[in-house]
Amino acid sequence: MDFAVVVLVEILYAIASLVLISAGLAVVFGMMKVINLAHGEFMMLGGYVTITAVNSGVNIFIAMLIIAPLVVGLIGLIVERLVIRHLYGRLVDTMLATWGLSLFFIGIATMIFGNTTTGISSPIPGFSIGAYQVNGYNFFIIVVSILLILGVLFVLKSTRLGLIARGAMQRSDMAAALGYSSDRIYMMTFFVGSALSGLAGAVLAPLVGLVPTSGGAFIAKAFITVVAGGPSLVAGLLASSGLFGIVGQVFSFSVSPVMGDVAMLIAAVILLRLLPQGITGRFFKGKL
Amino acid sequence: MTQSWQKELIQTLIVALMLMYLLPFAINTFTLSILLIYGMLGLSLGLIWGFGGILCFGQAAFFGLGAYAYAIAAVNIGESTIPLLFAILVPAMFAMLLGAMMFYGRLADVYLGVITLVVTLILFKFINSTAGPAYVIGKARLGGYNGIPGFQTLNVPGSPDDYIWGDAFYYVCFVALVVVYLLVTWLLRSSFGRVAMGIRENDQRMSLMGYDTRARKTILFAIGAAIAGFAGGLFANWAEIVTPGLFSLGQSAEIIIWCIVGGLGTRLGPILGAAGLAYLKFLLGQQSLIDNTLITGLILVLFVLFLPKGIVPAVANLWAASFGRRPKNSRRNVRRARGGLNG
Amino acid sequence: MAEVVLETQNLTMRFGGVVASDNVNFKLNARELRCLIGPNGAGKSTFFKCVTGLLTPSDGQVFMRGDDVTGWAPHQIASLGVGIKTQVPSVMDGLSAFENIWLSARRFLNVTEANHKTDEVVSRLSLNNIANAELGRLAHGERQRVELGIVLAGDPWLVLLDEPAAGMTAEDVEQMTQIIHEMLNTTAVVIVEHDMQFIRSIASTVTVFHQGAVLMEDHVDRVMADPTVRNVYLGKNA
Repeated sequence: MDFAVVVLVEILYAIASLVLISAGLAVVFGMMKVINLAHGEFMMLGGYVTITAVNSGVNIFIAMLIIAPLVVGLIGLIVERLVIRHLYGRLVDTMLATWGLSLFFIGIATMIFGNTTTGISSPIPGFSIGAYQVNGYNFFIIVVSILLILGVLFVLKSTRLGLIARGAMQRSDMAAALGYSSDRIYMMTFFVGSALSGLAGAVLAPLVGLVPTSGGAFIAKAFITVVAGGPSLVAGLLASSGLFGIVGQVFSFSVSPVMGDVAMLIAAVILLRLLPQGITGRFFKGKL
Repeated sequence: MTQSWQKELIQTLIVALMLMYLLPFAINTFTLSILLIYGMLGLSLGLIWGFGGILCFGQAAFFGLGAYAYAIAAVNIGESTIPLLFAILVPAMFAMLLGAMMFYGRLADVYLGVITLVVTLILFKFINSTAGPAYVIGKARLGGYNGIPGFQTLNVPGSPDDYIWGDAFYYVCFVALVVVYLLVTWLLRSSFGRVAMGIRENDQRMSLMGYDTRARKTILFAIGAAIAGFAGGLFANWAEIVTPGLFSLGQSAEIIIWCIVGGLGTRLGPILGAAGLAYLKFLLGQQSLIDNTLITGLILVLFVLFLPKGIVPAVANLWAASFGRRPKNSRRNVRRARGGLNG
Repeated sequence: MAEVVLETQNLTMRFGGVVASDNVNFKLNARELRCLIGPNGAGKSTFFKCVTGLLTPSDGQVFMRGDDVTGWAPHQIASLGVGIKTQVPSVMDGLSAFENIWLSARRFLNVTEANHKTDEVVSRLSLNNIANAELGRLAHGERQRVELGIVLAGDPWLVLLDEPAAGMTAEDVEQMTQIIHEMLNTTAVVIVEHDMQFIRSIASTVTVFHQGAVLMEDHVDRVMADPTVRNVYLGKNA
């Protein structure tokens, strides 16, 4: 029984962390049809920002939830103005340019922070369920990702900005024709997407030892979650995170953590073969 | 057509012979060998991407498979000729299966990228996790992140004790690259190559003309993998160890960068891009002021933004313009070569 | 003599709740010319796509020279000797006009024969001046003509053309009319078309589509005089 609860918590945590690490990429891909391969490095930067802030005496929650997203969002803004905006509509070129950016950021981080592992300790203590020790921080991540989903839903459904964004998702040319500058929309979107990546990196920082190449571990998972999710932003994110989270954890528990990752990737390959438009290309059509 | 082929053949051979003789005066043969191997790897992606319109994010997977296939076979057999054949055949078979799965599923652009990238990651993770003694193929232990060291390296076919190394290995690599280059040239001039370029330009039109584009893309993909695998087999001989790092995404990224910098839609571009950038990296590795990765990344961004056709077509155009002949490779041409995938 | 080259039986295509093609029974004899007309959304293009293999019909069958080709891939249908031209000029923009046509000829011929065939088609369509130009730089009408060349180079016995006259100048259209008449010596031709002027100038028999189904099938003059057809075209409820 205790074991079942532990497994359940682990599965929820796996799903939540997939939502968290994919949200930024999903926003940018859903709205702008841009695959940001530097997404993992944005997360890595979020982690470093948090650690730097905490080490200079800032409260860890302020560092994670406010400073890191803002700083990474601003970095994203600069990147969008300098590079991405010249490449709109050229999917493959943006992918390549952002891949270049990802290497660029790895290089910068290596020069500033060195090629060693840094980390901060988790601010929430663990506790036990029966005979099993559970990391209390996992619950924090589950809560953050639920709030994140609710926040995105709220913005999309109930604000003017969300309405414009939904319009732009459907037909960017129409949004432009109605007088909303798609340039501004894209700028905002990329800012929000980068900030979400920064948030994800910050929140996950206490769990992982951070090195400049940490981003690589996230990008593939985020990438498959977003592409397998398909055109609907929130529904796609939830559906594919749910699927991959469960598959990954089941194999982690029954075989080994590595096989969990491998199983997740294989599931992605099979899924895309069967549903080339992603899950929401077939199901939950027209949802957000 | 046959006449121009003979002319090109002779020109290529003359230039190659001169370079083969002259290059060792500038750079040592050990470094040159790896540049040649990378050149072949660059050519493998240049073929399927530049001429077939298939952007593979996992070309490193075939390189790695070739290297591992060679190492495992060499440990088991104890000579190098048959293992080198394995290095070509194993990645080709693997690509055939993977390609069939993707192309018969009508997957294109981003989705092709996702799948090739994910498959590379799977291989990387899998090989990394094979440290235990349970992972054995014949006499060869896979060794996880430590890789496989100490296998039989290249020998004269039929006599396992006559090793080919040092300068001799350099000449072998050079000849191998020239042979592969000529085979690619021949392939592109053949009907198969011209049909492949047609498919790159317009897949649906070609299938409405009666060509089975799925099968042809699968075959081209497998040919690219065979070349990458051959390069991997040679690499195993050069490094004398194979490690999971061969499958890494960083390696795949580098191959893509070579092609972009050198120039898509050309045969020489990816080779020169690979050799040039690898040499640059080697030189940069000797200084510690600026991080290597940073420069690689910067180069990729700048090329995508400012010189998306790459160096070789740009130089060719400049050459043609200054000598009065009309440029053959227009900007649009190359853009489409890559953009067959622009969704 | 009157061999049937193309036949559909109860061909039906549904997209969700929409019936885009409704129980279409169609027959075409060898070397016959047939135009498919109808207002937008009448199901002409869906019918065209089902026949060429671009779509798999939900129900019913397609026969070509007696073979059941329902559900075949486009390249299998084209391999039978069917020449297809889609609505938008669909050509290999990065290649030259010559290469475009050569690729089509090469499908059924060896290299030497394909070279001859391409030369022949190029001069037949008076493309000599532009044969070596990159297709992406040519005008719309020229690209349409090259695509016609692609269709001709395969020596088809059945040709399916989707809006071949769209965007062409009067001069181009006239030339195309002539080419199509020449084609009829060897092949049957199906043309999906809006341009009534063009249809009058080439067609004998016309099949009218309306709401996915065949409304009537008759000689062009009688079709145009028919009050129901006029209503359909003018938007009054038929």
